[in-house]
Amino acid sequence: MLLRSHAHQVFEGMTLCAAVVGAKRGFLYLRGEYLALRAQLETVLAERRRLNLLGVAILGRPEFDFDIEIHLGAGAYICGEESALIESLEGKRGTPRNRPPYPVTHGYLGRPTVVNNVETFAAAAAIGLRGGAWFAAHGTEKSRGSKILSICGDCARPGIYEYDFGVTIAQILQDCGASNIFGVQVGGPSGVFIGEREFDRRLAFEDLASGGSFMIFDKTRDVLEIVRNFTHFFAHESCGFCTPCRVGTALLRNALDKLCAGHAAAGDLVEISKLGQFIRATSHCGLGQTAANPILSTLERFPEIYQARLKSVAFEPGFDLDGELSTARRLTGRDDAHAHLQQESV
Amino acid sequence: MSIQNTISLDGVQIPFQDGDTIMEAATRAGVYIPHLCHHPEFEPHGSCKLCTVKVNGRNCSACTFPAADGQQVLNDTEELNGARRTITQLLFVEGNHFCPSCEKSGNCQLQAVAYFLNMLDPHFPLFYPHRQPDASHPEILLDRDRCILCELCVRASREVDGKNVFGLAGRGIDTHLVVNSASGLLGDSAMAATDKAAQVCPVGAILVKGHGFEKPIGERQFDRQDVSEWCLSWEPAVIGDQHG
Repeated sequence: MLLRSHAHQVFEGMTLCAAVVGAKRGFLYLRGEYLALRAQLETVLAERRRLNLLGVAILGRPEFDFDIEIHLGAGAYICGEESALIESLEGKRGTPRNRPPYPVTHGYLGRPTVVNNVETFAAAAAIGLRGGAWFAAHGTEKSRGSKILSICGDCARPGIYEYDFGVTIAQILQDCGASNIFGVQVGGPSGVFIGEREFDRRLAFEDLASGGSFMIFDKTRDVLEIVRNFTHFFAHESCGFCTPCRVGTALLRNALDKLCAGHAAAGDLVEISKLGQFIRATSHCGLGQTAANPILSTLERFPEIYQARLKSVAFEPGFDLDGELSTARRLTGRDDAHAHLQQESV
Repeated sequence: MSIQNTISLDGVQIPFQDGDTIMEAATRAGVYIPHLCHHPEFEPHGSCKLCTVKVNGRNCSACTFPAADGQQVLNDTEELNGARRTITQLLFVEGNHFCPSCEKSGNCQLQAVAYFLNMLDPHFPLFYPHRQPDASHPEILLDRDRCILCELCVRASREVDGKNVFGLAGRGIDTHLVVNSASGLLGDSAMAATDKAAQVCPVGAILVKGHGFEKPIGERQFDRQDVSEWCLSWEPAVIGDQHG
């Protein structure tokens, strides 16, 4: 939305940043999914060059040279992580770097680099125009300013909303016309799933932080299916660099499939919880560290929903007995009743 | 007069030199921190996460994290060794590791680390992935079933051999080792059995042909000493030169 309708403001914020830190080159890293925006953004950049807001000696200030290039990504979620983004910008696999050193000293091509999202740059431009006092007058003590939310899911008026930090979840739900709500996923897949009892919580860094994603689920939704979906997402988006995330997210995905298929026992829940906490503690970057959040945050809040899906046996094998016979059936050309095994249940 | 910089490692003060990682400082002080993707001759990689230590209460990779004066580092704790055992189990279930029939058995660092960490079973459901072996090279066998994606061969081929034979492709659990040749086969690449990349594999994924079972089981590297003693006694010149 910012790039579509307020591209000048974003580029203005980047130029301000360049003026402050003395940068000569700027990049807009555009996900491949947003290819359609490119032509329009190039037009904006060309116009800014024509107005001498980009290029050599910007606005006649000697030695203030700065320009912006658009770099297209291939659409990996991990490339939102700043050091993976820089790797991708350099034409490498999008995997997060070891830190320290941080991008502020060793970023793009080993040079000092500032990485921010478009919302931050747009806010910086607004502050440049209206002053810090104006910005600080919005929001809370610890979270100044406003937050743009992308609200979707079960509500009458989904869309893009802007709120001062500190707004309650209940207020947001009322504004977008949501009712009969079971819960909200605040902050995207790596955020937190909150239920009705927590709708008086506030959107702010000190309470519920959000990158902008706000997904609403009403009482017709199956929480476990939501969690299973997120868990598949993380297994798919794991870059594969570190062991805990690469293998752990795939194990969690399989465990959630088993649970949703009705094959899990009480021991599986203990395993899921332990594995989730392990991935959170040992993963290389924020993706792995938050990949188990959908599971852990719902398991903590709605244990009864998980319990209800369990089998009442102490142990369920991790494999599908009948599925294991499929090769033998194919080889022997049999598919009669005796060529099948039932998973035993007590 | 110079003031010696020190870190506290499990409560013991150990010195470090400027530019040291925690791994380097610990190794010099004779303290083993389990690792697989780390190799003292190469830039630290930080991907296997076995060397996870607690630095001032935060989990960090010892192989990449710089030592700093006054750091409180925890290494040999029940919690960290438990996490390392889990990581080792994840590596075992991710690939196809059949130690009894593997010619690297006894010389394999994955196996040795598993013994060191007292790993008794794989614990997690096995993935049994279908991975393509590559026997196209007359002198080298590439058995991807055993690959743990440490990228040591990638780094060795690029940095030492100057050939850039290996790379990783795919994402997540589908990450796999690929060969840089038109056919994708090792036989069509520039690789030679004398390359560093052929010597550096910590597991049995890259094996020089014609040397299998030269040393009988029972007399191999980790039959004689455990992985911690071996890592601490490394002479850089002979690292990796230990085929079965």
